[in-house]
Amino acid sequence: MLGKAASLGGDVAGIVLGSGVKELAAEAGRYGATKVYVADAPELEAPLPQPRVDALAQLVGEQGIDTVLFAASVLASDTAGGLAARLDGGLNWDLVDISVQDGALVGKRPALEDTIYVDVGWTSEPRLALFRPGTFDPVESGGQAEIEELTPAFEDFSTAATMIEQAHEEAEGPSIEDADVIVAGGRGLGGPENFSLVEALAKALGGAVAATRAVVDAGWYPYATQVGQTGKTVSPKLYVACGISGAIQHKVGMQGSGTVIAINKDPNAPIFEFCDLGVVGDLHEIVPKLTELVQQRKAG
Amino acid sequence: MKIAVCVKQVPDAAIHKRIDPGTKRLDRSGEGSLNQFDTQAVEEALRIKEAHLTRSVEVVLVSLGPAGALDSLRKALAMGADRAVLVSDEAAAGSDLVATSRALAAVLVREGADLVVFGQQSSDSDGAVLWAAVADRLRRPVISQVAELTLADGSVRGKRQTEFGYDVIEAPLPAVVAVSDAINEPRYPSLKGIMGAKKKPQETLSAADLGLDAKALGEQGSGTTVLALGDPPPRGDARKIEDDGSAAQQVVDFLVERKLL
Repeated sequence: MLGKAASLGGDVAGIVLGSGVKELAAEAGRYGATKVYVADAPELEAPLPQPRVDALAQLVGEQGIDTVLFAASVLASDTAGGLAARLDGGLNWDLVDISVQDGALVGKRPALEDTIYVDVGWTSEPRLALFRPGTFDPVESGGQAEIEELTPAFEDFSTAATMIEQAHEEAEGPSIEDADVIVAGGRGLGGPENFSLVEALAKALGGAVAATRAVVDAGWYPYATQVGQTGKTVSPKLYVACGISGAIQHKVGMQGSGTVIAINKDPNAPIFEFCDLGVVGDLHEIVPKLTELVQQRKAG
Repeated sequence: MKIAVCVKQVPDAAIHKRIDPGTKRLDRSGEGSLNQFDTQAVEEALRIKEAHLTRSVEVVLVSLGPAGALDSLRKALAMGADRAVLVSDEAAAGSDLVATSRALAAVLVREGADLVVFGQQSSDSDGAVLWAAVADRLRRPVISQVAELTLADGSVRGKRQTEFGYDVIEAPLPAVVAVSDAINEPRYPSLKGIMGAKKKPQETLSAADLGLDAKALGEQGSGTTVLALGDPPPRGDARKIEDDGSAAQQVVDFLVERKLL
């Protein structure tokens, strides 16, 4: 994100909000920021949006920042939405690119289930934008950023919500975000016991196992493996989707994958619109056979 | 107690959605229906109402849309909501997040609800930020992506679904909550509900009724604009095969060809 921002021209500053986060600030310089603003406050410890709106609104106002870019997440989206209202600044979301055209910033946004790409602009400042996670690869520029500390003032209503219990990422097993190969299972598996088919294929291919939100919600597979809008964003070299229909909420989490293979019995499943090889058939027959053939090939 | 549910009419799912190349806005001329995600917000409000038999709870629908949107709101009335307030004004067409949140906040201030509930997203714009903007304008705490909602005396507690798992967040009332699509299975309206829906109070307000300057809404009141429409980038040559018993072998061949095996 910093790298992309730097490519647009103008001064780029990183903003780090949190509690005990000062050391992160130096990192930002390595990725293209010339300046990093740090707000380190107990009110910013829990991942809640409204104190962040206060801090950003103050910063944007004081420094005359004209554009604020966010990588989308539950927290970032709520923060951006609140900031848009606070500053009456236009917010474009779900962007996959941004560029300068005739001196003006133009964002690119897929719409209507990605069937159309819309060029969007801003008519006032500050301009706010939310990008699909994983849109840009980090670019190390090796620079050093000047660090400036902020002391935000918080509104009463912004600190009214409190975190009672905070989720922690499960650390067991290889992270699907780092995997080169992912085999993912969806509702088409038919039941949690059939995840063994997915696990066996993942093992044969030397990859990790992922799941859709539907099966995670149904309790078939752990949360940490969820790919999609409210889950992880992954970009492996190979993504094998087993029994996944390919709802847009899932697609946004895996569309950065290199090669996508889909196995689904429904020939009209949307996943066939964005895969490289689509197999229409019964995964319960195909996946075990495929696992065996992969094992044979690797052994031979 | 009063619960306001913010809902939206979207083009019916059966209709092929298109963006009008002239206005660069979504073509809303065809059949509309209630945004499916919003029915879950309505359902959650109704469950709260039904769980509080000792106190009366009023469920009010709040929407911004064309005059015909009342037809879609009636579905939520048939589910059990008590009344509907629609902001409808020529000047509001093409409102973006900034302008829409302005209009909704104006109605919500007028209603003075204890709890404002949103659905997870709108199925037409894929927007999932409106609650945050509205909460900021109302100066109220907000909890989003709520997969489980509990109301206690004077406060609301939500189990929030994030990239990392579930958080539990509590906020004092009045508050704004956006539910996730994992929260419930919305009910179907009963025949009695459908028959009774038309008689429930339905109010249409203009910008002037809310004391809003027409310039604060629509394109004039928006901070974003659509510049051009284009085709998605091609995904290369997608191959599709039907399993005739040899699919597994064909997948292996494909992996080898792509040097992935």
